[in-house]
Amino acid sequence: MTFQPMKASEVTKKVFNKEELFILDVRNQDAFEDWKIEGDHFDYLNIPYFDLIDGVEDILDKIPSDKETLVVCAKEGSSVMVAEMLSEAGKDVYYFEGGMKAWSEHLEPVKVGDLKDGGAMYQFVRIGKGCLSYMVVSEGEAAIIDATRMTDVFTNFAKEKGVEIKHVFDTHLHADHISGGRKLAEQTGATYWLPPKDAGDVTFEYAALKDGNKVTVGNTAIDINALYSPGHTIGSTSFVVDDQYLLSGDILFIDSIGRPDLAGKAEDWVGDLRETLYSRYKELSEDLVVLPAHFMIIDELNEDGTVAEKLGTLFAENHGLNIEDEDKFRSMVTENLPPQPNAYQQIRETNMGKIIPEEEEQREMEIGPNRCAVR
Amino acid sequence: MNVKKVLDAKGLACPMPIVKTKKEMETIESGEILEIHATDKGAKSDLTAWAKSGGHELLQDSEEDGVLKFWVQKG
Repeated sequence: MTFQPMKASEVTKKVFNKEELFILDVRNQDAFEDWKIEGDHFDYLNIPYFDLIDGVEDILDKIPSDKETLVVCAKEGSSVMVAEMLSEAGKDVYYFEGGMKAWSEHLEPVKVGDLKDGGAMYQFVRIGKGCLSYMVVSEGEAAIIDATRMTDVFTNFAKEKGVEIKHVFDTHLHADHISGGRKLAEQTGATYWLPPKDAGDVTFEYAALKDGNKVTVGNTAIDINALYSPGHTIGSTSFVVDDQYLLSGDILFIDSIGRPDLAGKAEDWVGDLRETLYSRYKELSEDLVVLPAHFMIIDELNEDGTVAEKLGTLFAENHGLNIEDEDKFRSMVTENLPPQPNAYQQIRETNMGKIIPEEEEQREMEIGPNRCAVR
Repeated sequence: MNVKKVLDAKGLACPMPIVKTKKEMETIESGEILEIHATDKGAKSDLTAWAKSGGHELLQDSEEDGVLKFWVQKG
């Protein structure tokens, strides 16, 4: 029988379409439990590859014949070995091209909707890690918000659309992934905007992003309005784009809210977080569509793969926006927090320009889920 | 440390360092020590987990100039 590669883009489609898939994950148990390929109808078997070196006979009856089987490992090598053994034993299987490394880096562009003047809003879903980036496109120009370090995806997409990248924003200094903002700005000559309160220690030039700043994309006005919204970090800034979209950064997610502790200041920032979510956001139109910088669980994806929901719906349904008691809110966001993202201190220092790790090292630093939220 | 054999797995990508280690282990006796050199970063967590599941003991490990060294005692 045969074994063939399956690409991250193909697996992403299966996640979006809620298809079935049987995943044989041959990484160590720790790595599997920490982070895996998630899908609504995916089934799993985790057996480390080193337990299969002598043969796969013991697991043959566990491989289903009525659905596709995908062998997954960290970088690809071991999954090829196991897939080959399975095919020799009579099974039709796939191995996951590029392994979890590729899964962590795959970005799937999805159109969120049209803008008033004919432009469009695109969301780039980093399906394996849960990071979301945005591109606002209008009349030959583009602005990118919260770009990941895989900058080729954005420059190629812009080329395809025939638009020039003019502005690059980060809603805050990220702690879970390495920003591609600075690199994109260098490559394209775009302006790189950062909230100055998060950028106290950065080693490079940037444009200071302040409350009330208005940036126009294209000839007609697609306004990007900055709204100071501290809490996840002290500089966290949201954007209202085209009076339609609220880019909420790591402050408000679909099914959770931002955690205030990743810069070591949970106690100081919890008040800011509360004020942003319970006062500043309350003043906005409930019809705005919230576009966050992350998703945490696959249930937060809409049918078309986007992660988006009306602000009014979130005020009604998001648990983090419905805690009347301030003390309860305080303890929820400062106690029993999930583990911090992998290497988050080094990631922050990289985003400040203080350290410049090699690409391979950057990959290692970003391994695992994002963990920016509290529920 | 009384090392019985040294395995050079430098430059090899996963799964080869473990495949070779496993083979090499079959050539030594229980209680004897195998020293392994590797450059694949994943070798550390994999060797640790493999040794544990196979009943061997990872006595020591080090990293110098990008070369990972492991000393495993056969169980």
